[in-house]
Amino acid sequence: MADPLLTVTNLETYYGPIMAIRGISFVVPERSVVTILGANGAGKSTILKTVSGVMDPQKGTVTFAGREIQGMDPDRVTRLGISHVPEGREVFPFLSVRENLMMGAFTRRDAAGVGEDLELVYSYFPVLRSRAEQRAGSLSGGEQQMLAISRALMARPRMMLLDEPSLGLSPRLVKEIFEIIARINRERGVTVLLVEQNANMALHIADYGYVLEVGRIVMEDTCARLLEKEDIKEFYLGMKESGVRGTRRWKRKKTWR
Amino acid sequence: MRSAHPGEDALDTILQLVLNGLAVGCIYGLVALGFVLIYKATELVNFAQGDLLMLGAFTCYMFVVWYGVGYWVALALAVALVALFGAVLDATILRRVIGQPQFSVVMLTIGLGAIFRSFASIAWGSEIYTLPTPFSARATRVAGVAVSHEYVSIIVGTVALCAVLYAFFTFTRVGLAMQAASQNQLAAYYMGIPVKLMFSLIWAISAGVAAIAGVLLAPVSLIDINLGFIGLKAFAAAVLGGFGSIPGALVGGVTIGLIELFSGAYLPQGFKDVAAYVVLLVVLAVRPQGMFGAIVRKKV
Ligand SMILES: Nc1ncnc2c1ncn2[C@@H]1O[C@H](COP(=O)(O)OP(=O)(O)OP(=O)(O)O)[C@@H](O)[C@H]1O
Ligand SMILES: [Mg+2]
Repeated sequence: MADPLLTVTNLETYYGPIMAIRGISFVVPERSVVTILGANGAGKSTILKTVSGVMDPQKGTVTFAGREIQGMDPDRVTRLGISHVPEGREVFPFLSVRENLMMGAFTRRDAAGVGEDLELVYSYFPVLRSRAEQRAGSLSGGEQQMLAISRALMARPRMMLLDEPSLGLSPRLVKEIFEIIARINRERGVTVLLVEQNANMALHIADYGYVLEVGRIVMEDTCARLLEKEDIKEFYLGMKESGVRGTRRWKRKKTWR
Repeated sequence: MRSAHPGEDALDTILQLVLNGLAVGCIYGLVALGFVLIYKATELVNFAQGDLLMLGAFTCYMFVVWYGVGYWVALALAVALVALFGAVLDATILRRVIGQPQFSVVMLTIGLGAIFRSFASIAWGSEIYTLPTPFSARATRVAGVAVSHEYVSIIVGTVALCAVLYAFFTFTRVGLAMQAASQNQLAAYYMGIPVKLMFSLIWAISAGVAAIAGVLLAPVSLIDINLGFIGLKAFAAAVLGGFGSIPGALVGGVTIGLIELFSGAYLPQGFKDVAAYVVLLVVLAVRPQGMFGAIVRKKV
Protein backbone atom coordinates (compact mmCIF):
# COMPACT_ATOMS: atom_id res chain seq x y z
CA MET A 1 0.00 0.00 0.00
CA ALA A 2 1.12 3.54 -0.74
CA ASP A 3 2.04 5.94 2.05
CA PRO A 4 -1.02 7.10 3.98
CA LEU A 5 -2.22 10.65 3.28
CA LEU A 6 -2.06 11.55 6.98
CA THR A 7 0.29 10.02 9.52
CA VAL A 8 0.22 11.06 13.15
CA THR A 9 2.99 9.78 15.41
CA ASN A 10 3.36 10.01 19.18
CA LEU A 11 1.31 13.18 19.39
CA GLU A 12 1.12 14.96 22.77
CA THR A 13 -1.01 18.09 23.17
CA TYR A 14 -1.59 20.10 26.33
CA TYR A 15 -4.04 22.70 27.56
CA GLY A 16 -1.65 24.54 29.84
CA PRO A 17 -0.57 21.87 32.32
CA ILE A 18 -3.34 19.46 31.31
CA MET A 19 -2.22 16.76 28.94
CA ALA A 20 -5.19 16.15 26.67
CA ILE A 21 -3.49 13.89 24.13
CA ARG A 22 -1.08 11.35 25.58
CA GLY A 23 1.06 10.04 22.77
CA ILE A 24 -1.23 9.09 19.96
CA SER A 25 -0.40 7.51 16.60
CA PHE A 26 -2.73 6.74 13.73
CA VAL A 27 -2.84 6.79 9.94
CA VAL A 28 -5.45 7.85 7.41
CA PRO A 29 -4.93 6.27 3.96
CA GLU A 30 -5.78 8.34 0.89
CA ARG A 31 -9.48 8.18 -0.13
CA SER A 32 -10.46 6.29 3.00
CA VAL A 33 -12.84 7.19 5.82
CA VAL A 34 -11.26 6.78 9.25
CA THR A 35 -13.15 7.35 12.46
CA ILE A 36 -12.03 8.11 15.99
CA LEU A 37 -14.57 7.15 18.63
CA GLY A 38 -14.53 8.28 22.20
CA ALA A 39 -16.66 9.57 25.02
CA ASN A 40 -16.86 13.19 26.16
CA GLY A 41 -13.49 14.61 27.03
CA ALA A 42 -11.55 11.75 25.47
CA GLY A 43 -9.58 14.22 23.37
CA LYS A 44 -11.19 13.82 19.96
CA SER A 45 -11.56 17.51 19.20
CA THR A 46 -8.05 18.15 20.46
CA ILE A 47 -6.65 15.68 17.93
CA LEU A 48 -8.43 17.42 15.07
CA LYS A 49 -7.36 20.85 16.29
CA THR A 50 -3.76 19.70 16.45
CA VAL A 51 -3.92 18.28 12.93
CA SER A 52 -5.43 21.46 11.49
CA GLY A 53 -2.93 23.68 13.28
CA VAL A 54 -5.26 25.49 15.69
CA MET A 55 -3.28 23.89 18.52
CA ASP A 56 0.42 23.11 18.59
CA PRO A 57 1.55 19.74 19.92
CA GLN A 58 4.29 19.49 22.55
CA LYS A 59 5.65 16.36 20.97
CA GLY A 60 5.13 14.15 17.96
CA THR A 61 4.66 14.69 14.26
CA VAL A 62 1.77 15.17 11.86
CA THR A 63 2.67 14.29 8.28
CA PHE A 64 0.29 15.24 5.50
CA ALA A 65 1.06 14.19 1.93
CA GLY A 66 4.68 13.61 2.84
CA ARG A 67 5.10 16.93 4.61
CA GLU A 68 5.42 17.64 8.33
CA ILE A 69 2.70 20.10 9.29
CA GLN A 70 2.65 20.07 13.10
CA GLY A 71 2.79 23.57 14.55
CA MET A 72 1.98 25.18 11.20
CA ASP A 73 -0.50 28.09 11.15
CA PRO A 74 -4.04 26.90 10.38
CA ASP A 75 -4.43 29.03 7.27
CA ARG A 76 -1.36 27.34 5.77
CA VAL A 77 -2.67 23.90 6.65
CA THR A 78 -5.94 24.76 4.92
CA ARG A 79 -4.04 25.82 1.83
CA LEU A 80 -2.30 22.44 1.80
CA GLY A 81 -5.69 20.75 1.44
CA ILE A 82 -7.10 20.01 4.90
CA SER A 83 -10.55 21.38 5.71
CA HIS A 84 -11.76 21.28 9.30
CA VAL A 85 -15.47 21.20 10.12
CA PRO A 86 -15.32 22.19 13.77
CA GLU A 87 -17.47 20.94 16.59
CA GLY A 88 -20.51 23.19 16.96
CA ARG A 89 -20.57 24.35 13.32
CA GLU A 90 -18.98 27.78 13.89
CA VAL A 91 -20.67 29.51 10.98
CA PHE A 92 -20.26 33.26 10.42
CA PRO A 93 -23.60 34.31 11.92
CA PHE A 94 -24.04 37.69 10.25
CA LEU A 95 -22.94 36.63 6.78
CA SER A 96 -25.42 35.10 4.37
CA VAL A 97 -25.33 31.40 3.57
CA ARG A 98 -23.78 32.13 0.19
CA GLU A 99 -21.17 34.43 1.72
CA ASN A 100 -20.30 31.73 4.23
CA LEU A 101 -19.76 29.32 1.37
CA MET A 102 -17.60 31.84 -0.46
CA MET A 103 -15.47 32.18 2.66
CA GLY A 104 -14.91 28.45 2.47
CA ALA A 105 -13.35 29.08 -0.93
CA PHE A 106 -11.21 31.94 0.40
CA THR A 107 -7.92 30.29 -0.48
CA ARG A 108 -8.96 29.57 -4.08
CA ARG A 109 -8.43 31.72 -7.14
CA ASP A 110 -10.25 29.67 -9.79
CA ALA A 111 -13.61 31.45 -10.01
CA ALA A 112 -15.00 28.89 -12.44
CA GLY A 113 -14.16 25.96 -10.17
CA VAL A 114 -15.64 27.79 -7.18
CA GLY A 115 -18.86 28.31 -9.13
CA GLU A 116 -19.00 24.59 -9.95
CA ASP A 117 -18.45 23.64 -6.34
CA LEU A 118 -21.16 26.04 -5.22
CA GLU A 119 -23.56 24.16 -7.49
CA LEU A 120 -22.22 20.89 -6.16
CA VAL A 121 -22.88 21.71 -2.50
CA TYR A 122 -26.32 23.08 -3.40
CA SER A 123 -27.03 19.74 -5.05
CA TYR A 124 -25.93 17.91 -1.91
CA PHE A 125 -27.99 20.19 0.34
CA PRO A 126 -30.79 21.84 -1.68
CA VAL A 127 -32.06 23.62 1.43
CA LEU A 128 -28.95 25.80 1.36
CA ARG A 129 -29.82 27.06 -2.09
CA SER A 130 -33.23 28.21 -0.93
CA ARG A 131 -31.65 29.90 2.10
CA ALA A 132 -28.74 31.37 0.13
CA GLU A 133 -29.39 35.01 1.05
CA GLN A 134 -30.43 34.32 4.64
CA ARG A 135 -28.09 35.09 7.53
CA ALA A 136 -26.34 31.93 8.64
CA GLY A 137 -27.09 32.71 12.29
CA SER A 138 -30.80 32.33 11.59
CA LEU A 139 -30.50 28.77 10.25
CA SER A 140 -31.56 25.79 12.31
CA GLY A 141 -28.87 23.67 13.91
CA GLY A 142 -29.15 21.00 11.24
CA GLU A 143 -28.98 23.55 8.45
CA GLN A 144 -25.95 25.12 10.08
CA GLN A 145 -24.27 21.71 10.13
CA MET A 146 -25.00 21.29 6.43
CA LEU A 147 -23.56 24.74 5.86
CA ALA A 148 -20.42 23.94 7.88
CA ILE A 149 -19.79 20.78 5.85
CA SER A 150 -20.51 22.56 2.58
CA ARG A 151 -18.29 25.47 3.52
CA ALA A 152 -15.39 23.10 4.15
CA LEU A 153 -16.09 21.39 0.85
CA MET A 154 -15.83 24.73 -0.94
CA ALA A 155 -12.08 24.68 -0.35
CA ARG A 156 -11.96 21.57 -2.58
CA PRO A 157 -9.94 19.78 0.10
CA ARG A 158 -7.99 16.56 -0.22
CA MET A 159 -8.97 15.72 3.31
CA MET A 160 -11.82 16.72 5.59
CA LEU A 161 -11.75 16.65 9.38
CA LEU A 162 -15.28 16.28 10.72
CA ASP A 163 -15.90 16.90 14.41
CA GLU A 164 -19.14 15.28 15.58
CA PRO A 165 -21.29 16.20 12.59
CA SER A 166 -24.24 14.35 14.14
CA LEU A 167 -24.28 16.40 17.34
CA GLY A 168 -27.75 17.61 18.20
CA LEU A 169 -29.41 16.43 15.00
CA SER A 170 -32.54 14.35 14.57
CA PRO A 171 -31.94 10.67 13.66
CA ARG A 172 -33.24 11.27 10.15
CA LEU A 173 -30.94 14.23 9.59
CA VAL A 174 -28.01 12.28 11.02
CA LYS A 175 -28.61 9.57 8.46
CA GLU A 176 -28.88 12.13 5.66
CA ILE A 177 -25.66 13.86 6.67
CA PHE A 178 -23.75 10.59 6.91
CA GLU A 179 -24.98 9.58 3.48
CA ILE A 180 -23.67 12.84 2.06
CA ILE A 181 -20.32 12.33 3.82
CA ALA A 182 -20.08 8.88 2.23
CA ARG A 183 -20.92 10.38 -1.16
CA ILE A 184 -18.34 13.13 -0.79
CA ASN A 185 -15.77 10.44 -0.08
CA ARG A 186 -16.87 8.19 -2.92
CA GLU A 187 -17.65 10.74 -5.63
CA ARG A 188 -15.09 13.43 -4.87
CA GLY A 189 -12.35 11.18 -3.58
CA VAL A 190 -12.05 13.27 -0.41
CA THR A 191 -10.28 11.50 2.45
CA VAL A 192 -12.27 11.79 5.67
CA LEU A 193 -11.21 11.76 9.31
CA LEU A 194 -14.40 11.56 11.32
CA VAL A 195 -14.66 12.05 15.06
CA GLU A 196 -17.89 10.79 16.58
CA GLN A 197 -19.83 9.69 19.61
CA ASN A 198 -22.49 8.23 17.36
CA ALA A 199 -20.49 5.02 16.90
CA ASN A 200 -23.20 3.18 15.05
CA MET A 201 -23.29 5.66 12.18
CA ALA A 202 -19.55 6.25 12.17
CA LEU A 203 -18.66 2.56 12.08
CA HIS A 204 -21.05 1.97 9.21
CA ILE A 205 -19.55 4.56 6.90
CA ALA A 206 -15.89 4.34 7.95
CA ASP A 207 -13.31 1.80 6.80
CA TYR A 208 -11.13 1.84 9.86
CA GLY A 209 -11.70 2.94 13.44
CA TYR A 210 -9.73 3.95 16.51
CA VAL A 211 -11.15 4.05 20.02
CA LEU A 212 -9.89 6.85 22.22
CA GLU A 213 -10.02 6.92 26.00
CA VAL A 214 -8.70 9.78 28.11
CA GLY A 215 -6.11 10.83 25.56
CA ARG A 216 -4.95 7.34 24.54
CA ILE A 217 -5.91 4.97 21.77
CA VAL A 218 -7.11 1.79 23.40
CA MET A 219 -8.32 -0.15 20.39
CA GLU A 220 -8.13 -0.06 16.62
CA ASP A 221 -9.42 -2.25 13.84
CA THR A 222 -11.42 -2.30 10.66
CA CYS A 223 -14.90 -1.06 11.29
CA ALA A 224 -16.42 -4.38 10.28
CA ARG A 225 -14.49 -6.08 13.08
CA LEU A 226 -15.03 -3.27 15.59
CA LEU A 227 -18.76 -3.68 15.08
CA GLU A 228 -18.42 -7.27 16.25
CA LYS A 229 -16.47 -6.52 19.45
CA GLU A 230 -18.30 -6.98 22.72
CA ASP A 231 -16.90 -3.80 24.29
CA ILE A 232 -17.92 -1.69 21.33
CA LYS A 233 -21.36 -3.23 21.25
CA GLU A 234 -21.85 -2.59 24.91
CA PHE A 235 -20.37 0.87 25.34
CA TYR A 236 -20.94 2.52 22.00
CA LEU A 237 -23.78 0.73 20.28
CA GLY A 238 -25.88 -0.68 23.07
CA MET A 239 -26.77 2.51 24.78
CA LYS A 240 -29.00 4.93 22.99
CA GLU A 241 -29.14 7.49 25.82
CA SER A 242 -25.87 9.34 25.72
CA GLY A 243 -26.20 10.44 29.36
CA VAL A 244 -25.91 6.88 30.64
CA ARG A 245 -22.96 6.07 28.44
CA GLY A 246 -20.46 8.14 30.38
CA THR A 247 -21.20 6.64 33.77
CA ARG A 248 -21.44 3.05 32.61
CA ARG A 249 -18.16 3.32 30.78
CA TRP A 250 -16.19 3.68 33.95
CA LYS A 251 -17.33 0.35 35.40
CA ARG A 252 -15.94 -1.74 32.62
CA LYS A 253 -13.26 0.42 31.20
CA LYS A 254 -10.39 -1.77 32.38
CA THR A 255 -11.32 -4.54 29.97
CA TRP A 256 -9.68 -2.54 27.20
CA ARG A 257 -6.35 -2.18 28.81
CA MET B 1 -34.57 98.64 10.28
CA ARG B 2 -36.08 95.25 11.02
CA SER B 3 -36.21 92.64 8.29
CA ALA B 4 -39.43 92.57 6.33
CA HIS B 5 -39.81 88.86 7.03
CA PRO B 6 -38.82 88.22 10.63
CA GLY B 7 -39.36 84.45 10.27
CA GLU B 8 -36.76 84.21 7.54
CA ASP B 9 -33.81 84.94 9.80
CA ALA B 10 -34.85 82.27 12.24
CA LEU B 11 -35.26 79.77 9.43
CA ASP B 12 -31.89 80.73 8.04
CA THR B 13 -30.29 80.16 11.43
CA ILE B 14 -31.94 76.79 11.78
CA LEU B 15 -30.82 75.65 8.35
CA GLN B 16 -27.28 76.77 9.12
CA LEU B 17 -27.36 74.87 12.37
CA VAL B 18 -28.64 71.77 10.64
CA LEU B 19 -25.91 71.96 8.02
CA ASN B 20 -23.14 72.58 10.53
CA GLY B 21 -24.53 70.02 12.96
CA LEU B 22 -24.67 67.39 10.24
CA ALA B 23 -21.11 68.18 9.23
CA VAL B 24 -19.66 68.02 12.73
CA GLY B 25 -21.76 64.92 13.34
CA CYS B 26 -20.24 63.29 10.27
CA ILE B 27 -16.79 63.77 11.77
CA TYR B 28 -17.92 62.18 15.04
CA GLY B 29 -19.52 59.42 13.02
CA LEU B 30 -16.34 58.67 11.06
CA VAL B 31 -14.22 58.49 14.19
CA ALA B 32 -16.89 56.39 15.88
CA LEU B 33 -16.88 54.05 12.89
CA GLY B 34 -13.18 53.48 13.50
CA PHE B 35 -13.87 52.61 17.15
CA VAL B 36 -16.55 50.16 16.12
CA LEU B 37 -14.57 48.44 13.35
CA ILE B 38 -11.67 47.78 15.70
CA TYR B 39 -13.90 46.75 18.55
CA LYS B 40 -15.90 44.30 16.46
CA ALA B 41 -12.75 42.67 15.16
CA THR B 42 -10.53 42.55 18.22
CA GLU B 43 -12.68 43.61 21.18
CA LEU B 44 -10.17 46.37 21.85
CA VAL B 45 -11.37 49.90 22.49
CA ASN B 46 -8.91 52.25 20.87
CA PHE B 47 -8.94 55.52 22.75
CA ALA B 48 -6.20 56.86 20.48
CA GLN B 49 -8.66 57.03 17.57
CA GLY B 50 -9.07 60.80 17.93
CA ASP B 51 -5.33 61.29 17.96
CA LEU B 52 -5.06 59.40 14.68
CA LEU B 53 -7.44 62.02 13.31
CA MET B 54 -5.08 64.70 14.61
CA LEU B 55 -2.10 63.00 12.96
CA GLY B 56 -4.00 62.86 9.67
CA ALA B 57 -4.77 66.58 9.77
CA PHE B 58 -1.16 67.48 10.64
CA THR B 59 0.33 65.21 7.99
CA CYS B 60 -1.88 66.73 5.30
CA TYR B 61 -1.04 70.22 6.56
CA MET B 62 2.65 69.40 6.41
CA PHE B 63 2.48 68.26 2.80
CA VAL B 64 0.36 71.19 1.66
CA VAL B 65 2.02 74.06 3.52
CA TRP B 66 5.59 72.90 4.05
CA TYR B 67 6.17 71.01 0.84
CA GLY B 68 3.70 72.71 -1.49
CA VAL B 69 2.01 69.47 -2.49
CA GLY B 70 -1.48 69.78 -4.01
CA TYR B 71 -4.42 69.27 -1.64
CA TRP B 72 -5.68 66.03 -3.12
CA VAL B 73 -2.26 64.42 -3.31
CA ALA B 74 -1.55 65.55 0.24
CA LEU B 75 -4.85 64.05 1.36
CA ALA B 76 -4.00 60.73 -0.28
CA LEU B 77 -0.50 60.73 1.23
CA ALA B 78 -1.80 61.57 4.70
CA VAL B 79 -4.42 58.83 4.58
CA ALA B 80 -1.94 56.27 3.29
CA LEU B 81 0.67 57.14 5.93
CA VAL B 82 -1.76 57.13 8.85
CA ALA B 83 -3.36 53.90 7.61
CA LEU B 84 0.04 52.26 7.40
CA PHE B 85 0.81 53.57 10.86
CA GLY B 86 -2.41 52.00 12.14
CA ALA B 87 -1.49 48.62 10.68
CA VAL B 88 1.99 48.81 12.20
CA LEU B 89 0.54 49.75 15.59
CA ASP B 90 -1.63 46.66 15.44
CA ALA B 91 1.12 44.33 14.33
CA THR B 92 3.70 45.56 16.82
CA ILE B 93 1.84 46.63 19.95
CA LEU B 94 -1.88 46.02 20.12
CA ARG B 95 -1.88 42.41 18.97
CA ARG B 96 0.01 41.56 22.14
CA VAL B 97 -2.65 42.87 24.47
CA ILE B 98 -5.61 41.06 22.92
CA GLY B 99 -7.18 39.05 25.69
CA GLN B 100 -5.64 41.15 28.46
CA PRO B 101 -8.05 42.89 30.82
CA GLN B 102 -9.96 45.65 29.04
CA PHE B 103 -8.65 48.12 31.60
CA SER B 104 -5.01 47.69 30.61
CA VAL B 105 -5.92 48.02 26.96
CA VAL B 106 -7.75 51.27 27.65
CA MET B 107 -4.78 52.61 29.57
CA LEU B 108 -2.45 51.54 26.78
CA THR B 109 -4.41 53.31 24.06
CA ILE B 110 -4.84 56.43 26.19
CA GLY B 111 -1.08 56.40 26.68
CA LEU B 112 -0.51 55.96 22.97
CA GLY B 113 -2.74 58.98 22.33
CA ALA B 114 -0.58 61.06 24.67
CA ILE B 115 2.54 59.88 22.88
CA PHE B 116 1.05 60.85 19.51
CA ARG B 117 0.25 64.33 20.83
CA SER B 118 3.73 64.91 22.11
CA PHE B 119 5.16 63.52 18.88
CA ALA B 120 2.98 66.02 16.99
CA SER B 121 4.15 68.93 19.09
CA ILE B 122 7.78 67.94 18.50
CA ALA B 123 7.34 67.38 14.78
CA TRP B 124 5.00 70.23 13.93
CA GLY B 125 5.12 72.55 16.93
CA SER B 126 2.35 73.43 19.31
CA GLU B 127 1.00 76.41 17.37
CA ILE B 128 -2.41 76.49 15.78
CA TYR B 129 -2.54 76.06 12.01
CA THR B 130 -5.05 76.59 9.25
CA LEU B 131 -5.13 74.13 6.39
CA PRO B 132 -5.90 75.86 3.09
CA THR B 133 -8.25 73.70 1.04
CA PRO B 134 -10.22 74.10 -2.19
CA PHE B 135 -13.30 74.54 0.01
CA SER B 136 -11.93 77.17 2.38
CA ALA B 137 -14.00 80.29 2.96
CA ARG B 138 -16.29 79.76 0.00
CA ALA B 139 -20.02 79.63 0.02
CA THR B 140 -22.91 79.33 -2.39
CA ARG B 141 -26.30 80.87 -1.76
CA VAL B 142 -28.98 78.25 -2.05
CA ALA B 143 -32.54 79.58 -1.69
CA GLY B 144 -31.25 82.52 0.27
CA VAL B 145 -29.14 80.45 2.67
CA ALA B 146 -25.38 80.79 2.52
CA VAL B 147 -24.08 77.24 2.22
CA SER B 148 -20.43 76.99 3.15
CA HIS B 149 -18.40 74.65 0.99
CA GLU B 150 -16.32 73.51 3.92
CA TYR B 151 -19.34 72.02 5.65
CA VAL B 152 -20.76 70.57 2.48
CA SER B 153 -17.41 68.95 1.70
CA ILE B 154 -17.50 67.18 5.05
CA ILE B 155 -20.96 65.79 4.43
CA VAL B 156 -20.30 64.79 0.84
CA GLY B 157 -16.95 63.30 1.78
CA THR B 158 -18.52 61.25 4.58
CA VAL B 159 -21.32 59.93 2.41
CA ALA B 160 -18.90 58.99 -0.37
CA LEU B 161 -16.53 57.32 2.06
CA CYS B 162 -19.32 55.32 3.67
CA ALA B 163 -20.51 54.17 0.24
CA VAL B 164 -17.01 53.00 -0.64
CA LEU B 165 -16.59 51.21 2.68
CA TYR B 166 -19.99 49.60 2.38
CA ALA B 167 -19.20 48.31 -1.10
CA PHE B 168 -15.80 47.07 0.05
CA PHE B 169 -17.12 45.15 3.04
CA THR B 170 -20.10 43.70 1.17
CA PHE B 171 -18.84 42.88 -2.27
CA THR B 172 -15.12 42.13 -2.10
CA ARG B 173 -13.52 38.89 -1.04
CA VAL B 174 -11.15 40.58 1.39
CA GLY B 175 -13.92 42.77 2.81
CA LEU B 176 -16.06 39.72 3.49
CA ALA B 177 -13.08 37.94 5.01
CA MET B 178 -12.62 40.87 7.40
CA GLN B 179 -16.24 40.59 8.44
CA ALA B 180 -15.84 36.84 8.82
CA ALA B 181 -12.72 37.23 10.97
CA SER B 182 -14.58 39.76 13.14
CA GLN B 183 -17.57 37.47 13.61
CA ASN B 184 -15.81 34.21 14.32
CA GLN B 185 -12.06 34.31 14.51
CA LEU B 186 -11.59 30.57 14.95
CA ALA B 187 -13.79 29.68 11.98
CA ALA B 188 -11.94 32.26 9.89
CA TYR B 189 -8.71 30.42 10.69
CA TYR B 190 -10.34 27.17 9.60
CA MET B 191 -11.21 28.78 6.26
CA GLY B 192 -7.58 29.64 5.65
CA ILE B 193 -8.20 33.35 6.16
CA PRO B 194 -5.03 35.05 7.45
CA VAL B 195 -6.78 36.49 10.50
CA LYS B 196 -3.87 38.55 11.82
CA LEU B 197 -3.45 40.25 8.45
CA MET B 198 -7.18 40.96 8.35
CA PHE B 199 -7.01 42.62 11.76
CA SER B 200 -4.06 44.75 10.67
CA LEU B 201 -6.08 45.79 7.61
CA ILE B 202 -9.00 46.71 9.83
CA TRP B 203 -6.66 48.89 11.88
CA ALA B 204 -5.38 50.44 8.67
CA ILE B 205 -8.92 51.23 7.52
CA SER B 206 -9.92 52.66 10.89
CA ALA B 207 -6.82 54.83 11.03
CA GLY B 208 -7.25 55.90 7.39
CA VAL B 209 -10.87 56.87 8.03
CA ALA B 210 -9.78 58.90 11.06
CA ALA B 211 -7.17 60.64 8.91
CA ILE B 212 -9.78 61.52 6.30
CA ALA B 213 -12.01 62.86 9.05
CA GLY B 214 -9.10 64.98 10.28
CA VAL B 215 -8.47 66.47 6.86
CA LEU B 216 -12.18 67.12 6.31
CA LEU B 217 -12.43 68.75 9.72
CA ALA B 218 -9.32 70.91 9.30
CA PRO B 219 -10.91 73.80 7.36
CA VAL B 220 -13.71 74.32 9.90
CA SER B 221 -11.65 73.76 12.99
CA LEU B 222 -8.07 74.79 13.45
CA ILE B 223 -5.31 72.20 13.61
CA ASP B 224 -3.55 71.81 16.90
CA ILE B 225 -2.27 68.91 18.93
CA ASN B 226 -5.50 68.73 20.93
CA LEU B 227 -7.68 68.20 17.89
CA GLY B 228 -7.88 64.55 18.89
CA PHE B 229 -9.99 65.24 21.96
CA ILE B 230 -12.91 65.17 19.57
CA GLY B 231 -12.46 61.43 19.95
CA LEU B 232 -14.23 61.56 23.31
CA LYS B 233 -17.42 62.80 21.71
CA ALA B 234 -17.02 60.28 18.93
CA PHE B 235 -16.77 57.62 21.62
CA ALA B 236 -20.05 58.87 23.04
CA ALA B 237 -21.46 58.62 19.52
CA ALA B 238 -20.32 55.02 19.21
CA VAL B 239 -21.88 54.12 22.56
CA LEU B 240 -25.06 55.96 21.61
CA GLY B 241 -25.26 53.91 18.42
CA GLY B 242 -24.80 50.65 20.27
CA PHE B 243 -21.02 50.15 20.07
CA GLY B 244 -20.82 47.37 17.57
CA SER B 245 -23.20 48.75 15.00
CA ILE B 246 -21.65 50.65 12.10
CA PRO B 247 -24.84 52.43 11.00
CA GLY B 248 -25.36 53.11 14.69
CA ALA B 249 -21.98 54.84 14.94
CA LEU B 250 -22.84 57.15 12.04
CA VAL B 251 -26.34 57.93 13.28
CA GLY B 252 -24.98 58.41 16.79
CA GLY B 253 -22.37 60.83 15.45
CA VAL B 254 -24.89 62.89 13.51
CA THR B 255 -27.27 62.93 16.49
CA ILE B 256 -24.59 64.25 18.78
CA GLY B 257 -23.43 66.81 16.20
CA LEU B 258 -26.94 68.22 15.77
CA ILE B 259 -27.72 68.28 19.47
CA GLU B 260 -24.46 70.00 20.20
CA LEU B 261 -24.96 72.82 17.73
CA PHE B 262 -28.60 73.39 18.61
CA SER B 263 -27.94 73.43 22.33
CA GLY B 264 -25.06 75.81 21.70
CA ALA B 265 -27.43 78.17 19.91
CA TYR B 266 -30.53 77.96 22.07
CA LEU B 267 -29.46 76.90 25.52
CA PRO B 268 -27.48 78.91 28.07
CA GLN B 269 -23.72 78.95 27.77
CA GLY B 270 -21.99 75.77 28.83
CA PHE B 271 -24.67 73.37 27.71
CA LYS B 272 -23.05 72.83 24.33
CA ASP B 273 -20.22 70.74 25.69
CA VAL B 274 -22.26 68.54 27.96
CA ALA B 275 -25.34 68.16 25.79
CA ALA B 276 -23.90 65.11 24.04
CA TYR B 277 -23.30 63.32 27.32
CA VAL B 278 -26.71 64.21 28.70
CA VAL B 279 -28.33 62.67 25.64
CA LEU B 280 -26.09 59.65 25.99
CA LEU B 281 -27.20 59.20 29.60
CA VAL B 282 -30.85 59.48 28.67
CA VAL B 283 -30.60 57.03 25.78
CA LEU B 284 -28.63 54.51 27.83
CA ALA B 285 -31.16 54.75 30.63
CA VAL B 286 -34.01 53.99 28.26
CA ARG B 287 -32.23 51.57 25.93
CA PRO B 288 -29.06 50.23 27.55
CA GLN B 289 -27.92 48.51 24.36
CA GLY B 290 -27.80 51.86 22.51
CA MET B 291 -29.96 52.97 19.62
CA PHE B 292 -28.84 50.26 17.23
CA GLY B 293 -27.35 47.74 19.64
CA ALA B 294 -28.26 44.15 19.06
CA ILE B 295 -29.39 42.06 21.99
CA VAL B 296 -27.63 39.02 20.58
CA ARG B 297 -23.98 38.97 21.53
CA LYS B 298 -21.40 37.90 19.03
CA LYS B 299 -19.73 34.57 19.42
CA VAL B 300 -16.16 34.97 20.58
N1 LIG C 1 -9.71 25.03 26.46
C1 LIG C 1 -9.41 24.02 27.31
N2 LIG C 1 -8.72 24.27 28.44
C2 LIG C 1 -8.40 23.26 29.30
N3 LIG C 1 -8.73 21.99 29.10
C3 LIG C 1 -9.43 21.68 27.98
C4 LIG C 1 -9.79 22.67 27.04
N4 LIG C 1 -10.47 22.08 26.03
C5 LIG C 1 -10.51 20.78 26.35
N5 LIG C 1 -9.88 20.53 27.51
C6 LIG C 1 -9.72 19.21 28.14
O1 LIG C 1 -9.06 18.36 27.25
C7 LIG C 1 -9.65 17.09 27.25
C8 LIG C 1 -10.03 16.69 25.84
O2 LIG C 1 -10.96 17.63 25.32
P1 LIG C 1 -11.62 17.46 23.89
O3 LIG C 1 -12.40 18.70 23.63
O4 LIG C 1 -10.58 17.09 22.92
O5 LIG C 1 -12.62 16.26 24.12
P2 LIG C 1 -13.62 15.58 23.10
O6 LIG C 1 -13.22 14.17 22.99
O7 LIG C 1 -13.72 16.35 21.86
O8 LIG C 1 -14.97 15.67 23.91
P3 LIG C 1 -16.47 15.93 23.40
O9 LIG C 1 -16.99 14.64 22.90
O10 LIG C 1 -17.19 16.33 24.64
O11 LIG C 1 -16.40 17.01 22.37
C9 LIG C 1 -10.83 17.18 28.20
O12 LIG C 1 -10.44 16.58 29.40
C10 LIG C 1 -11.07 18.63 28.39
O13 LIG C 1 -11.51 18.88 29.70
MG1 LIG D 1 -15.11 17.45 20.98
